[in-house]
Amino acid sequence: MTPGDAATRLRERFGSEPQVEGSVVTVALPVERWLEAGRMARDELGCRYFNWLSAVDWKEAGIEVLCRVENLAAGLAVVLRTRVDAVRPRCPSLTAVWRGADWMERECYDMFGVVFEGHPDLRRILLPEDWEGHPLRKDYAVDTPHPPYR
Amino acid sequence: MEVKPPAPAGPPENWHEIRDLQEWEKYRQERPEGDRASHALEAIADAIHHLPGGWILVTSTEKIFNWARSSSIWPVTFGLACCAIEMMATFASRFDVERFGMVPWASPRHSDLMIVSGTVTIKMAPMLRRIYDQMPDPKWVVSMGSCANSGGPFRHGYHVVKGVDRVVPVDVYVPGCPPTPDSLMYGLLKLQEQVAHFQKTGRKPEVEALRES
Repeated sequence: MTPGDAATRLRERFGSEPQVEGSVVTVALPVERWLEAGRMARDELGCRYFNWLSAVDWKEAGIEVLCRVENLAAGLAVVLRTRVDAVRPRCPSLTAVWRGADWMERECYDMFGVVFEGHPDLRRILLPEDWEGHPLRKDYAVDTPHPPYR
Repeated sequence: MEVKPPAPAGPPENWHEIRDLQEWEKYRQERPEGDRASHALEAIADAIHHLPGGWILVTSTEKIFNWARSSSIWPVTFGLACCAIEMMATFASRFDVERFGMVPWASPRHSDLMIVSGTVTIKMAPMLRRIYDQMPDPKWVVSMGSCANSGGPFRHGYHVVKGVDRVVPVDVYVPGCPPTPDSLMYGLLKLQEQVAHFQKTGRKPEVEALRES
């Protein structure tokens, strides 16, 4: 499995044109096919290593959720990206595909407020339980007071 | 590119509505009473003080107590971030603060001093306060490094307490990022000086005069 093969398969399956840079194949997907793409990357492309999952806040254009998975034997990395709604961000959870997505999705929920549907235990992971807001969102004011210590 | 509004210069206007700051202020006002465990001793000392010639005895005993306190300050081992590495170096044999009578002790119940070495996050602040509350009176706090003094490079982050003096009262601030063991040792010696002049207020008279002016 070379990056070129992976790009061809992804193009046939999802219709969008993947970008290939070295060993990294990046593919943009609609959010409905997120889980399907995860399963395909694991089973067909052999990406058994879940590297990371994060998000980018593009303000009105929505929140972009990204995840990078790798086929270590073939030296291939696939970056999956999708856009979710900025006001009510919802995204299917990848925990059923890679168990390692658990804490990454919790962190993403903690920082961006993306709700991962199907996640077994979606709680805050880094911030205190009683924290209000999601600090990496662009509309979060960093000087928001947090009594008693701010 | 959107420009963020400037950070507020001082404490927020509603600080007096924040319960823990109220408690802190109350504590600071109560602190002139000094070592609360020794009220009875103080009453006896006051009685002796009013006897003819008694003040000589009282002031000299106070000096003895202060000498004993300042030469056996036990800091609680409480490392928060990278400053803790410098703190450990200070405790270790090269700089060796043990020659000043300082023994790093792993229990707040036996300690007189808390060296806040590092960034205090909003999540950590209640635990820091709890450790401080577990220490017996009289107790002192050294704020070590920029993060503990003011929030340091993380001041405009969402998660850092902007100075540990918003959580516990601080006696000595040691600047630096991180301070070298020499700076910390200088701060500890300053603290010893302060403790040696420990009167009922717990502070040197001239420091107290500065606060009031």
